[in-house]
Amino acid sequence: MYSYDQYDTQLVNERVAQFRDQVQRRLDGRLSEEEFRPLRLLNGLYLQLHAYMLRVAVPYGTLSSAQLRMLAQIARRYDRGYGHFTTRQNIQYNWTKLEDAPDILADLASVEMHAIQTSGNTIRNTTSDPYAGVAAEELEDPRVYCEIIRQWSTLHPEFTFLPRKFKIAVTASPNDRAAVKVHDIGIAIRKNAEGETGFEILVGGGLGRTPMVGKTIRDFLPKEHLLSYLEAILRVYNLNGRRDNKYKARIKILVHDLGTDAFREQVDAEWENLRGKGPELPPAEMERIRAFFAPPEYEKPGSNHQDYIEKLRTNAGFAEWVRANVVEHKQNGYAIVNISLKPEGGIPGDATAVQMDSVADLAEKYSMAEIRVTHQQNLVLPNVRQADLFVMWEELRNQGLATNNIGLISDIIACPGLDYCGLATARSIPVAQRISTRFADLKRQHDLGELQLKISGCINACGHHHVGHIGILGVDRNNEEYYQITLGGRADENAAIGKIIGRAFSSDDVVDAVETVVNTYVDQRQDDERFIDTYERIGPKPFKEALYDAA
Amino acid sequence: MTLLKGGTPIEDSWVHLDDETAAPAGAAITVSFARWQAESEALKASGVTLGVRLTGDDAAEEITDDLNALQLVVIAFPAFTDGRGYSIARILRERYGYEGEVRATGNILRDQASLMTRCGFDAFDLAAHTDVADWLEGLKDITLEYQPAADRRRSVPQIRHA
Repeated sequence: MYSYDQYDTQLVNERVAQFRDQVQRRLDGRLSEEEFRPLRLLNGLYLQLHAYMLRVAVPYGTLSSAQLRMLAQIARRYDRGYGHFTTRQNIQYNWTKLEDAPDILADLASVEMHAIQTSGNTIRNTTSDPYAGVAAEELEDPRVYCEIIRQWSTLHPEFTFLPRKFKIAVTASPNDRAAVKVHDIGIAIRKNAEGETGFEILVGGGLGRTPMVGKTIRDFLPKEHLLSYLEAILRVYNLNGRRDNKYKARIKILVHDLGTDAFREQVDAEWENLRGKGPELPPAEMERIRAFFAPPEYEKPGSNHQDYIEKLRTNAGFAEWVRANVVEHKQNGYAIVNISLKPEGGIPGDATAVQMDSVADLAEKYSMAEIRVTHQQNLVLPNVRQADLFVMWEELRNQGLATNNIGLISDIIACPGLDYCGLATARSIPVAQRISTRFADLKRQHDLGELQLKISGCINACGHHHVGHIGILGVDRNNEEYYQITLGGRADENAAIGKIIGRAFSSDDVVDAVETVVNTYVDQRQDDERFIDTYERIGPKPFKEALYDAA
Repeated sequence: MTLLKGGTPIEDSWVHLDDETAAPAGAAITVSFARWQAESEALKASGVTLGVRLTGDDAAEEITDDLNALQLVVIAFPAFTDGRGYSIARILRERYGYEGEVRATGNILRDQASLMTRCGFDAFDLAAHTDVADWLEGLKDITLEYQPAADRRRSVPQIRHA
């Protein structure tokens, strides 16, 4: 993974000192809250319902064991002993104090981390495939370009006061695990006819109140032009994005209003002036960054590999966990291990300091001291020898971290909702917990197969309900929480926005409604069809009838 | 108001005309973008020293043919959250090589000073209550940058591979 040099370190330290001064000026009244707000947001500090929330950037979801231990220490020292991993591969602490924020940032800087631009109308943390660098089917490690974008976007002088927030995701795999089609800019690494790799550039995807799937504006961008092309897109957006209405200020509205072709023409005109100039990196710098992501030395599968095969055959619990949580690695003899942060009845994405320390230790022991955060709010150990899987599984079980539900109905994405968030109109977490409990039977979950259920507590859609196979949106109706169900959304390479199935359900009824939807799928599915395949084949009608006709 | 240029408070010697008043002889004047569009030929012929005032709504490209005639471009920030002026300044400086004064006016904050400087602003109309010494301190907060910009300072990638 990337490691700071003296310049990265100096810049982050200067940023900590700058924020310490800004907090001091706020505390002694020299800065008004109105003036301070954008400054604290640029450092990831939100004022929520009950406390300040600090969102820490986990660049493209990659962490070292030392970094994860620091995240645990921060949870213990400055929060209530836990943190919450987010859909953008970050972590947030929900109970921090303003006066502690500079010290937290200093602690983060000591392990080469920061909270820069985790909020505000600026370029946010660039996200990526949690299996980057180890996925069997990927073209190359996308994190090289994520790190290039991280540095370019950090404290970019021109793009710190954009019309609205701006999110970039990069994938290098035909199976999109980074949701690039629902980002402001999605970057997909592709191979052209000559066998060179370059970038397909999508713009204007996003969720929120106007969900849209991104449009491709360039099929193949040569790698050396990445930053000049991004700068051109951002400049067109900065100058022309709407600033009169924050709900129409995202780039997706600009792209939609102009039309994809006209938008592309504007970008190309701007790009003509930037191409081959300023922001583009010298080849030596690209190579310097690439070297940090060189594959590690893998061992050949040893004789103990047979023990793994044997354990798979004889231990049903282990085999179930492997089937659900372990993914094929590009290297023979290794595995990618998902650690579910969705235990039965738990809060999706929450991890205690003890659990973070345990995962950091396990990563050190079994995964080359590297951890990933997924946009599904789980963790991944990317480099585990198959021969170590059994003993690691036993250790995970001891920590309550062996829930084998990855990709299943209880692997729920949920926003913090009204339990924490000032924007929310309804609670998300208790609904997630009740669904998780209702479907606690893992045998049943495995029978249901891949099923992505996503819950948002308001129309801003932080819980990605629009792209859930089953999406749930909490709304307020005369001070009562109601939940609208959408079906058929997906965030993968065939991204689609789900459709509202009918009138909303009360909090009491919503879990039953989910069960009705799931039972309808079971009745209708053919062979081993997944939920989303059945839905796409039969459409909403049978689900609608099952939900509303009986009543 | 305090006008800060090159880090020093100075008197504003410019007359900022509305769209009706005639240009006083021998003065240095600024006019709105709208007036510039209507009267640029006459103004250029009048022999006065000229500047133009832009807002984020104005298309900076439309003054670029006249940049040789302009000693000052004032860019207004109606709100400190309105970041269009940063792009306009960079376009003037970097694409068109404009070397006259680029002045920020309106709702600008101390913590934006270094970003604006990097985008090519060299003069700032500060609100009356602004502490000038404190503003200048703000320029020193961050001494490194990853991106090349209008201030032509060497970026971190350039330093790394010098």
